[in-house]
Amino acid sequence: MTGTEAAALDPRDRGGPAQPLLIVNDLKRHFPIKGGFLNRTVATVQAVDGISFSVMKGETLGIVGESGCGKSTTARLLMRLLEPDGGEVIFDGEPVGPGGMALSEMRRQIQMVFQDSYASLNPRLPIEDSIAFAPAVHGVPKAKARARARDLLAAVGLAPEQFARRYPHELSGGQRQRVNIARALALEPRVIVLDEPVSALDKSVEAQVLNLLVDLKRDFSLTYVFISHDLNVVQFISDRVLVMYLGQVAEVGPVASIYGGPRHPYTRALLASRPSMDPAKRMTEPPLTGDPPNPINPPSGCRFRTRCTFAEEVCAARPPPLAGLVAHDAHLAACHMAAKGSGHSRAPT
Amino acid sequence: MQTATLTERPGTATAPLVSVRDMTVKFVSKDATVHAVNGVTFSLDPGEVLVILGESGSGKSVSLRALMRLLPPRKTQIGGTVQVAGQDVLAMDEAALTDLRGGQVAMIFQEPMTALDPVFTIGQQIAETIIRHEGVSRQAADARALELLELVQIPSAKRRLGNYPHELSGGLRQRAMISIALACRPKLLLADEPTTALDATVQIQILLLLRKLQTELGMGVIFVTHDLGVAGEIADRVAVMYAGRFIESGPVSEVMLRPLHPYTQGLMNSTVHAGLRGTRLAAIPGAPPNLARLPTGCAFAPRCAYAEDVCRSELPTERYPIPEHMARCIRVDG
Ligand SMILES: Nc1ncnc2c1ncn2[C@@H]1O[C@H](COP(=O)(O)OP(=O)(O)OP(=O)(O)O)[C@@H](O)[C@H]1O
Ligand SMILES: Nc1ncnc2c1ncn2[C@@H]1O[C@H](COP(=O)(O)OP(=O)(O)OP(=O)(O)O)[C@@H](O)[C@H]1O
Ligand code: SF4
Ligand SMILES: [Mg+2]
Ligand SMILES: [Mg+2]
Repeated sequence: MTGTEAAALDPRDRGGPAQPLLIVNDLKRHFPIKGGFLNRTVATVQAVDGISFSVMKGETLGIVGESGCGKSTTARLLMRLLEPDGGEVIFDGEPVGPGGMALSEMRRQIQMVFQDSYASLNPRLPIEDSIAFAPAVHGVPKAKARARARDLLAAVGLAPEQFARRYPHELSGGQRQRVNIARALALEPRVIVLDEPVSALDKSVEAQVLNLLVDLKRDFSLTYVFISHDLNVVQFISDRVLVMYLGQVAEVGPVASIYGGPRHPYTRALLASRPSMDPAKRMTEPPLTGDPPNPINPPSGCRFRTRCTFAEEVCAARPPPLAGLVAHDAHLAACHMAAKGSGHSRAPT
Repeated sequence: MQTATLTERPGTATAPLVSVRDMTVKFVSKDATVHAVNGVTFSLDPGEVLVILGESGSGKSVSLRALMRLLPPRKTQIGGTVQVAGQDVLAMDEAALTDLRGGQVAMIFQEPMTALDPVFTIGQQIAETIIRHEGVSRQAADARALELLELVQIPSAKRRLGNYPHELSGGLRQRAMISIALACRPKLLLADEPTTALDATVQIQILLLLRKLQTELGMGVIFVTHDLGVAGEIADRVAVMYAGRFIESGPVSEVMLRPLHPYTQGLMNSTVHAGLRGTRLAAIPGAPPNLARLPTGCAFAPRCAYAEDVCRSELPTERYPIPEHMARCIRVDG
């Protein structure tokens, strides 16, 4: 059974399989930087600057990009842990916010798992109580919430008789991350936003947690938004991949075509920067020079142009549209070289 | 082939730059004794790059710091022998250690701010290091500082000399830290995950820079990482560390392409790489042991699919199925 079929059988489903579970339109969030003795705004960080994407039912959308490109801000905007400056989020056809889906309802449907497995658990509660906490708040009787917490511990591979009464500091990082995942499942959400869920784990433990996430997605008919800076992990877990650069979408598309035929020079450089385990395949030249520029004063036009070997006049003059090569292309790139008639010498004609 | 061990290699005319024998490091406190390093033996030739590969808590940083005795003196017990450039590090007094650190031996870290002073400019910090160790004039030190920033490929080096650390981006800060480490032309560079916190496109730049500088300056390098790809890119030899021991070591191509130890094999198989989509990852079950209660025998036995009784009772010896490639596992011949 594919993810889409699974979602179609879900009694909570409203819009049907063709209706994306999440649609994000032109989401924006800028952070003012205060300074000077009047504490006036001296600059603005364009952390997320007009990003749009959708997530289909039962799929995993991977979001990759370098530090500070706005991945976590995007996640927090999705969850409304941060108020957007502009744009909208549509959940299964219904806009989130006044007049549409209530925030409390949305926060039941979308749950989040963070990188820091320790900070997100209450150190003074045994883990089964942490997991049972939210359902109890939502009116589930205590005994029932606790029984379900034990089931969830079993589902994430932690034997309840051994682990239920332990405190967070009595667990390893990988075990704590399992608890966080169990807690995210407690309200039976449809979407889980995972922000670098395995980045703090050792490789041998990372593999355990990734296998678990694959199983849970199938068993609980979940949809994932999976944020990571690890290109290999994102390739393993995702159906579609979104590449961010300085608060914007650089490229988005099915995992096989992003990794097999990247169109944006940034995506190409990112993929080529992966070190090889095989000493016979050593790199001689780095694919990119320089650091990512500061999101405070991003370059005009294409934000990647200061590091791009193909940059031409048009790249400084106009931001490239996020466009496909054919009609209804599932693979979109924001580069003038991939936009018909952009004026770039390498653009398709 | 027991003669061709890591410590005594016949046919090498040069004396080893580093020679470590049966090194142990214990942290003793009222509550517990942490056995962080449990008998590590290796040598490093001048101009050679050894990568120590291992997971969190395996003892990589502690091993590296023990080579310069950069560990809290009161609670730390270092055993075995540690020789760097012919000197006995464990017998050195404070003055000799200060001479060694930043002189013949330099260290770079994951977090450059641990090595940079926030209240001085980059130029001042490099010049100070040179004056302290080499006693040259201010003018000569300043000139060399500029050369060093150019060496580590910092754009507009002259202007950057006057920058404070917080004015630099992550990649530039890392380069500035490397330039300070290289200020006194060290024979040995100790690198503790210097690229781990960097973005992918910056990480590869710094790795290639380090490889280039290492070749040009002929430095010996010990590079600690948990990233198999980093080892593949820069190592001459690789040592795999588990629970404070080298459980495998050898030439990089041998260890990366023909790993002998079940732990090394497990690490490679569980590392996500292209082509694994839709498959089940071969995760290693369980977690590394508690170093306050180290198991007798092979420390990997509780997680190993091949463990036998003897693995749990006796520490496997070093075995060399081919010269230079060592593993501590009963399943390995030699
Ligand atoms: N509350 C805030 N106030 C000011 N600036 C912020 C705030 N939160 C984030 N930023 C800035 O917004 C930008 C995007 O940050 P964000 O945390 O979304 O990046 P990220 O892609 O998740 O990075 P990482 O990979 O390091 O987690 C960064 O420049 C960050 O410094
Ligand atoms: N000063 C100290 N006192 C007590 N224990 C210590 C001290 N420093 C390190 N340890 C312990 O020694 C062991 C080895 O630590 P080490 O820092 O060498 O690990 P590592 O391999 O560098 O791990 P990582 O990849 O997380 O940096 C760990 O269990 C650690 O908790
Ligand atoms: S739009 Fe121009 S600068 Fe931007 S990636 Fe494409 S070619 Fe490079
Ligand atoms: Mg983040
Ligand atoms: Mg370390």
